[in-house]
Amino acid sequence: MSAVTIRDLTLGYDRHPAVHHLDGRIEAGAMLAVVGPNGAGKSTLLKGLAGAISPLSGAVEMTRSDRHAIAYLPQAAEIDRTFPITVFELVAMGMWRRTGLFGGLSRADRQAIEQALAAVGLTGFETRTIGTLSGGQLQRMLFARLLVQDARLILLDEPFTAIDAKTCADLLDLVRRWNAEKRTVVAVLHDMETVRQAFPQSLLLARRAIAWGPTDEVLTPENLLAARRMTEAFDDHAGICAEAA
Amino acid sequence: MYDALIGPFVEFEFMRRALVGAIALSLGGAPVGVFLMLRRMSLMGDAMAHAILPGAAAGYLLFGLALVPMTVGGIAAGFAVALTAGLVARFTMLKEDASLAAFYLISLALGVIIVSMRGSNVDLFRVLFGSVLALDDPTLILLAAISTVTLVALALLWRPLVLDSVDPGFLRSVSRSGAPSHLVFLGLVVLNLVAGFHALGTLLAVGLMMLPAIAARFWGRDVTTLAAIAVGFGIASGYAGLVLSYNMETPSGPSIVLMAGVIYLVSLVFGPRGGLLPTYWPARHREA
Repeated sequence: MSAVTIRDLTLGYDRHPAVHHLDGRIEAGAMLAVVGPNGAGKSTLLKGLAGAISPLSGAVEMTRSDRHAIAYLPQAAEIDRTFPITVFELVAMGMWRRTGLFGGLSRADRQAIEQALAAVGLTGFETRTIGTLSGGQLQRMLFARLLVQDARLILLDEPFTAIDAKTCADLLDLVRRWNAEKRTVVAVLHDMETVRQAFPQSLLLARRAIAWGPTDEVLTPENLLAARRMTEAFDDHAGICAEAA
Repeated sequence: MYDALIGPFVEFEFMRRALVGAIALSLGGAPVGVFLMLRRMSLMGDAMAHAILPGAAAGYLLFGLALVPMTVGGIAAGFAVALTAGLVARFTMLKEDASLAAFYLISLALGVIIVSMRGSNVDLFRVLFGSVLALDDPTLILLAAISTVTLVALALLWRPLVLDSVDPGFLRSVSRSGAPSHLVFLGLVVLNLVAGFHALGTLLAVGLMMLPAIAARFWGRDVTTLAAIAVGFGIASGYAGLVLSYNMETPSGPSIVLMAGVIYLVSLVFGPRGGLLPTYWPARHREA
């Protein structure tokens, strides 16, 4: 059973494709790493999967209930760290789908939030305001919110960038736990070691898919070289793509 | 002491009415001001206060100094500017401050032209500086109604407003309530500015909205506390301003706003959350 089917998907900005004619399936419960050079369209692909941008052509297909059970952690979360809100309250926002606009938190909800904070090692930080957190603690907090969101499809955009080894290992354990719970995880990653260790499936992207499949077969020297040859700049005078229907 | 601080309110009905008006203004306006500040829209309140002028002026031109036409006109003009500016910001590349600046300037120019078409200097003075000492029953009821509507609406929109301010990307990923709640919020800003307009005039209408909110930032650590402190500061400056104006015979509207300013300056220096003294003269640090 596949969680997501991607059909001839082109995503981009101002008619320039950032992800070009991508086809593929993400199986339910898969751990998929998206790798590729800067400008390869990795973040764009995640935004497309999350529904934050609409396709220039093609489609992302998933069941309606799946579409409402996506948790998406963007690369640079647009968090205003000067905003006066406590760690507990921010993590509680992950409960949105259950509480809606003004439903209250039940005792079970509060326990779930406490457990999520404990799982990311932030017990004791409940009443701290988010402005007092370090970069790594902020990322742990955002993972706690992902935990609380209880999503079936979890999209992580470079979740381990600028994070120390200990935090990275802790958060990676959480990702593995999600996988064990049959959740689908799609993560943009740069560290090939992490990908080889933890992610059985990989997509090597350079606007087009260079390779998609078992990580060993995808991350070959030839494929990585081919990905590196991608030209980064958009051509302002590029013609209309002939494959576009 | 009694004669200076309590006597005027016991003796004169207009002083009691003014105090009730200031309390109503603070209850609704100060929490709105807190959100304006946290969304980095502090100056937007001032811009909006000018934006309601042409509507109120049109009401005045047609009907003289009457409550209903000036209120309706002000609300209509304010909504028109706020909604157009908000929509332009949502759906084009212009940021909200730029589109708002464009629309409020148009509307300010229009307002001044309309006011100049009719009117004595006394009337003009009233439009600019309000008449907190001459609040009649209908005006008081209007102020109370606006603050009631504001508090109820804020209670309903609290969560999306907070989330839209702290992490708008996340709100978009879980809900579509961001845009509508933002528009309702802009509506609340307009309503409270129209209330402020009746008591404090178009130039100082934002005074009881922004100053207590900004001062509260130096004292509270989460949004709820900030809103409560801001309301308290607003009421305190209303009272202190009226006492000042009674005893020193200063104009009452500006006195109230000036007292709010004094509270702000004191907070700026002594406020425990980032005030000048605690920041640059810190207490001895802890062990861990």
